[in-house]
Formats: sequence, C-alpha cells, structure tokens
Amino acid sequence: MKYLHLIWAALFRRKTRTILTIVSIVAAFLLFGMLDSVRTAFESGSTSAVGARRLVTSSRYSIIQPLPQALRNRIAAIPGVRKVGYANWFGGVYQDPKNFVFSYAISPEYLDLYPEILLDPAQRKAFDATRTGAVVGRTLAKRYGWKVGDKIPLQSTIFPQKNGDKTWPMDIVGIFDVSKDAANGLDQALFFHWTYFNEANAFGQGTVGWYIEELSDPALADRTANRIDALSANSPNETKTQTEQAFQASFAKQIGNIGLIVVGIMGAVFFTLILLAGNTMAQAVRERTSELAVLKTIGFSSRSVLMMVLAESVLLLLIGGLIGLGVASALGPLVTQGSGGLVNLPSLGAATWGMGVALMVLIGLLVGALPALRGMRLNIVDALAGR
Amino acid sequence: MGTLIDIQDVSKTYARGKQKVEVLHHIDLQVAEGDFLALMGPSGSGKTTLLNLIGGLDVPTGGSITVGDKRIDQLGANALARWRASNVGFIFQFYNLMPMLTAQRNVELPLLLTKLSAAQRRNNAGIALKLVGLEERVTHKPSELSGGQQQRVAIARAIVSDPTLLVCDEPTGDLDRESAEEVLGLLRTLNREHGKTIVMVTHDPKAAEYADHILHLDKGTLVEQATA
Repeated sequence: MKYLHLIWAALFRRKTRTILTIVSIVAAFLLFGMLDSVRTAFESGSTSAVGARRLVTSSRYSIIQPLPQALRNRIAAIPGVRKVGYANWFGGVYQDPKNFVFSYAISPEYLDLYPEILLDPAQRKAFDATRTGAVVGRTLAKRYGWKVGDKIPLQSTIFPQKNGDKTWPMDIVGIFDVSKDAANGLDQALFFHWTYFNEANAFGQGTVGWYIEELSDPALADRTANRIDALSANSPNETKTQTEQAFQASFAKQIGNIGLIVVGIMGAVFFTLILLAGNTMAQAVRERTSELAVLKTIGFSSRSVLMMVLAESVLLLLIGGLIGLGVASALGPLVTQGSGGLVNLPSLGAATWGMGVALMVLIGLLVGALPALRGMRLNIVDALAGR
Repeated sequence: MGTLIDIQDVSKTYARGKQKVEVLHHIDLQVAEGDFLALMGPSGSGKTTLLNLIGGLDVPTGGSITVGDKRIDQLGANALARWRASNVGFIFQFYNLMPMLTAQRNVELPLLLTKLSAAQRRNNAGIALKLVGLEERVTHKPSELSGGQQQRVAIARAIVSDPTLLVCDEPTGDLDRESAEEVLGLLRTLNREHGKTIVMVTHDPKAAEYADHILHLDKGTLVEQATA
C-alpha cells in the first residue's frame, strides 16, 4: 500500500494517453456488462423453490408445433404430477406492430402453478368469471397506461378469429406483481383464457402450445418427465419434457446460442483491448526506463519493480473496468425503463461483477507481464547511460 | 580515520558484441572515511565505471571491493540492492527525479524501503529538504524547479536515509556556475559537517577543487593521485 502513490503517479504520468486507454477499457467492460445482461436475461428462469418443481412439456420436434389438449388428463394421472396447466403463445401487439405484448392463452390452473405471480384474490376471482378477462403484469400495464376495467383491442400476429378479424377484445380484470425470484420478464406478460382463445380461434382448435406440470417432489423430475413423454411415444405428437430452466434455455436457442455470441463478441473486444492496453503499458515502461533504473539504484529490488509495473497495469484495468461495469449496471435498468419494459436488462449480478473483476485482473497481469519483466531485468548501468 | 573503501586489483571488462573491452585495469585504491574524493579524466577513461563499482551498481570482473566491512563484489543482486539502500546515496548529472512526484515525495523514495511510518517518512524528508534549503518547495514538482533546485532535491534524496557514502556522477555537469557552486558548497558541508564520504566524478577542475583529493584516470588506469 505504501507504494500506491508511486504506482498512481506513474499511471497518470501521461494523462491523455492513460485517460484514452481507460476510456477504451470502460467501453470494453460496458459492452461486457451489457452483453452479459442480455445473456442472463435470455438464460434466466425461475429460481424459486416452486420453479424447481415445474416441468414443461412441448413438442419434441419444435416449440411451435402444437400438442393435443386431450393430453392434459393423461398427464394429470401420472404419479408425482400434482397439477397440470397449459398455455398457447398468442403473439399479441397493441395498437401498433411495434408494441409487442408477451401474451399467453392459459388454462384455469395456470396461475396456480405460478405462485410468483402475486394477484389480488378479488381480481383473480374476476378473471375466473370473465370469459374475455385478462390479467397483466404491472410493468406492462404501466407501459400502456392500462388499468382494471379497461377494454383493450389486442391483435394477434398469428391467430385470426373465425370471422377473420385479428383483433381480440379483452377486459383488463387484474394487474399482478411478481415476487423477487420470478423469471425475468414475467411482469410484462398478459394472460387470458385459453377457452376464449380456443372457441374464437380460426384454426388449431383443441391444441395447446405446451404443458406445465407441478411435481410433488423435484427428485422425481427425471422419472416423471420420462413417463409423460412415454404417453405420446411413436405418435404424431411426441413430446419432450424438461425442467423449466432447460425449456427456457432451448427457447432462447431459437434465436441463437446467446452465450456463444457473447463469448465471440467479447473475445474480439478483449483481444483488441489486450493489444491496446499492452501497447500503453509497453510505452509507459519504455519511457520510464531511467526512472525504473533510479528506483533500482536507490535500493528497490528487481522483484519490487516487477510488482509495481504489474500493479500499475492491473490498476489501469480495474479503474476502466469498474467504471465500465458501473455504467453498465446503471444503464441496464435505464434501458429497461426507457423501452417501457420491452427490452428487459437486469442489473448486473454478482456473477457478472465477479467475472468482470477476474477478467480485469487477468488482462492487467497479461498486458503488464512483458513490460514488468523488462523493468525487472533492467540493467541499471545501461539504463542510466541511456543504452 | 579508517578506510571506508578498499579496492584491490579491480578490473572491469565489458563485452561489446564479440569484442571484449577492458575498461578498468587492476585498480588499487583506498578512500578514507570522511574523505571527499574527485575522480577526473577524459571521456572513456573509466571513471564512471569505477564510480558504479564503488556504489554497487555494477560488479567487477576481477579483484575485490570492500566498503565498510562488506565485500560488495561478492553480494548477489538483491543483497546489493539492500546494501545500496542503507549505505549509499546517489547524485546524478541529470538529477533523475521522478517528474510526476513532488520534491517531498521524491525525497521520501528511499524511505519507502524502510519500516518508517508515513508520518516519519514525511518528517525525515522535510528535514532533508530543509538541510538543502528547499523547505519552501516541498510541494513543487521537478518541472517547477530550476536545475540547481532539482539537484538539491536529488541531494536531499541521497542523504535522507543517512548513508555513509555519497557517489556523485558529474553533479554540476548540467548546471550554470552559480548553481554549481551552491551544489558543491552543499556537498562540502555534507562532507565536513555531517561526515559523509563523497566520491565525485567530474570533468570540471573548479568542481574538483572542492574535493580533498583528486584522482586522475586514463584508459582505465590510475595515473595520478593528488591532494586538492
């Protein structure tokens, strides 16, 4: 610690160059933070204890392939399945195609399967009693200024009604909150009755998008999943049952391997950063050759010089990196708020901060290694003579 | 006064590509404790090389160098660094101060290697700066000081850890006459009033006049030893 002022002063010896380098490090770690948020948003599932009890059954071949609604009772009869619900993706938009709404037609039990959805009992009762009733997450309601009692014309990008009209009138009967451990984006969802959807839907009647099962014991997940899939084995509607988290991950993979994309982009960014920061450190140490020689002259050991240059390099990365992650952490909620919740970037989690700091230290050590070795091996007499 | 520096049959050879160049040839020299010695000679005569050997910045190819009771030619790099830290103060022609540190922080540098607290370091540096007449300039950076003042900061840095030996390589080579005389006067004060043994390399006969003894080197050989 007593060398800190020396390291700090050396780091800012050339302020412009150091600040420009820090700006590029800030940009790199800002990108890292934002992209990791995107990855987290895609990969996040419910982390609640209840979530661990849930299985999702969808078509083995494609997530958009419907399953017969008749399967419901057969699944419910399997030992270990406590409750079964089902849902259909609706693909709703509100007023303008840009105003996308995460909307689902759900079975009556569906809301019971998600205790993370905190709905007032009176509103729940109203929902059950209203054929065209819909409940919406508070974030979604805020985005469009919806309140209980509103009648909204939700359009489907996929499903027309039997009369050819793609507009589905719905009555907002409830606005729900979500618990802290709810899956990312749940507070932006709209749920309405599958029966309404099924009766008015022009095609695909009697089918559902996926089933949700609540298990009596999470330890039975594998066995129960196999039993569910066995129900439709060798039929045109073979199923694939998996945990909710695995289901969400496979849903995200419809877009692409987000983790791989993030790793690819960040690999390129950090590679450039290593070259840039490495060049800065190499220049900084080359310029200070005589100063390092003076330090060694007055008694600093070669190891001390090595450690000081490495510390300077790590400090450079930590300053830029922490600012970058800090900005990313602040920007995530701002983006979420600014987009009205459509783009939902969570704040940076501890894992992202941890990985970020580890990367800062690692890159700092990497880019400082060669200049530090050069400083350590410096021959005092040659350096003082300018050779 | 006893002998502080005892140099016996010291040679130094450098490799220049495939060629070997012997810079010092079998030098024998004793410097008494409290002496002020000037090393003079033409460029390439080996005076800076000899100074570097005395200060423990380099090691001889042959012979022995004893400073105090320590055979410094036998010390490893780390031990030599530790020895320099507590026994030698260095003063260079171009001051070699850290440009980004204040005068105070520059003077404190050798004390970072001690166990002194931050307050003690600050106090000792203040005393050293007062001794060289720069107590008003503690917060100034080298770029805000004249050449003479910078050299006085360098002298304060050299003496702050109270070494027995000061080695000075052309300490007035970059200074005007007035500043040079101030610096030389300061060195003489340190020698006479504080008992520092000083070995100074110089081209300047006027600077050499401040020393008690003058040693001439030519082509790596001691050619004359005179009393100033």
